[in-house]
Amino acid sequence: MTAFVLRRLGFACVTLFAVLTLVFVLVRIVPGDPAQLILGDQASREAIESLRHRLGLDLPIGEQYVLFLAGALRGDWGVSLVSGQPVIGEVLKVLPWTIQLTIVSLILGIAIGVPAGVYAAIHRNRFVDYAMRISSLLGLSFPPFVAAIVLLLAFAIALPWFPVISARTGSFTAWYQSITLPAVSLGLITAAYITRVTRSAMLEVLSEDYVRTARAKGVPWKAVVWRHALRNALIPIITVVGLYLGILIGNSVLTEIVFSRPGLGKLLIGALNQRDYPMLQGMMVIYTLVVVLVNLLTDLAYGFVDPRVKLK
Amino acid sequence: MTAPIESAAPAPTPFVYFAKQTVKAFNTNKTSWIGLLVFALVVALAIAAPVLAPYDPNDQNILEKLRSPTAEHWFGTDSFGRDTLSRILYGARISLVIGVASTLLAMLIGSAIGMFAGWHGGRADTVTMQAMDVLLAFPSLILGLILVAMLGPSMHNIIIAIALTSIPPFARIARAPTIAIKEREFVMAGRALGFSDTRIVAGHILPNILPEILVMGSLWLANAIRTEASLAFVGLGVKPPTATWGGMIREGFENILDSYTLALAPSIAILVVIFALNLLGDGLRDAIDPKLKGET
Repeated sequence: MTAFVLRRLGFACVTLFAVLTLVFVLVRIVPGDPAQLILGDQASREAIESLRHRLGLDLPIGEQYVLFLAGALRGDWGVSLVSGQPVIGEVLKVLPWTIQLTIVSLILGIAIGVPAGVYAAIHRNRFVDYAMRISSLLGLSFPPFVAAIVLLLAFAIALPWFPVISARTGSFTAWYQSITLPAVSLGLITAAYITRVTRSAMLEVLSEDYVRTARAKGVPWKAVVWRHALRNALIPIITVVGLYLGILIGNSVLTEIVFSRPGLGKLLIGALNQRDYPMLQGMMVIYTLVVVLVNLLTDLAYGFVDPRVKLK
Repeated sequence: MTAPIESAAPAPTPFVYFAKQTVKAFNTNKTSWIGLLVFALVVALAIAAPVLAPYDPNDQNILEKLRSPTAEHWFGTDSFGRDTLSRILYGARISLVIGVASTLLAMLIGSAIGMFAGWHGGRADTVTMQAMDVLLAFPSLILGLILVAMLGPSMHNIIIAIALTSIPPFARIARAPTIAIKEREFVMAGRALGFSDTRIVAGHILPNILPEILVMGSLWLANAIRTEASLAFVGLGVKPPTATWGGMIREGFENILDSYTLALAPSIAILVVIFALNLLGDGLRDAIDPKLKGET
């Protein structure tokens, strides 16, 4: 097990390093001088030079790269050009909001998606199955902001059950009120994905010999489905959930904007609009960290669910 | 199972064969036909927009602003008094052009990369596919947002950004069958005849993996259209006053308390297109590979 964990950890480090390099290159291949872009056309030569110096853009490219990597790993991501605060502080301030939203939506997605997928698989080619396939396909056709707007329109405006701006804290009621609509809008789309992958994974497993054997020896059908089959179908489900988390984090940007909810999304859009380069660079690093971490957890989950994985 | 021996009918030309296989694939899952039909209808509406649109999409009429649906304005008007129906029709053009162009680009580059990796194998394969995995690891919407913000929101740059984020899946889907096919007899025969690598890959492997790539393309077209709308929604779409669905939804969202149709009508339009493409691609994928049934 230790060797397996170490190997995955090693791969995570390689990925992290590669993406950090990508971020570095990305910020630097932008046409034009960032300092010029930030200060605008009217800026004086001296102002541009001093900003270039402040951003470290006057150093040789190799040195910039080393400084960037060292800084990224130490959590020193520079200072926001807009607020003057360290980037990492700004990011950490809103990160819990995004993580909360992502986790609640994911739980919702799993809670709906897995049972729905199993149910559809055991009723293959029956009406329920078709209905679920079509509705899950419809669900994943929703652009996340459209789902959010529809829910906002229905349950915050037409029926004033929830607040229009979802940023309340304090009591549990306030928390529940502010997270429900954003989480449902993301969770339903997630559920659509999970339903589909669960269905197909279950269909594959249910046609295996050991399922027939279990049935033949008299194991109750429910136990066969939920204990024997689902357990074996978990690997592809975990893969998709892991991959989907990356999409979910991306989608949460749009949801946060629709519900005026604080989080990485609002921070990102603000930084994009203000051309706050250090902030953007820092945000790309945090997204990378999150994604690499999620991938690592997914890999470890494989080992946990399927003992064979560790041996490979 | 071996196919029954055909009688001495002349072998069909590749084109006829391909067309027949396509119809067969569509027939396996009737929902594909529905998807194709709806999508074709949307394309037709977009092409005919100048004829069909009741108003000029950019004609402002401040006296008529934020109207609910009426007989003159079926879907109401926006905050400048522009006709929502006309703007949806013109917006379809932007969505389709950006979607199709970026998907084609990603399809070309991605499958070339995948076939290259699969054909060469070894270190070239490992390095290329790891690079793809890294690209895949980054949330594509965020990568798209950052790319467009940095390059500037022009039609060109949006196409490039969306294409870049959709390359890895095509590389993956092209690679696996290339590895399987390069061991087949006809490839060996080609080599024995002295064909160049390029000729074998482009002329003999590509046609074999084309169906999968095309099906994948229809699903990623849906994704590209969704990404374009998302970009436009956060203000990184083709610049106003050009009508884009994402931009219209943004405007409708900002005026949602005054007129809900302004946000809802383009939302439904985009949902219809994406759903149609998903129906089309999903049904075809079932037909091509029954093992993948229903997987996303």
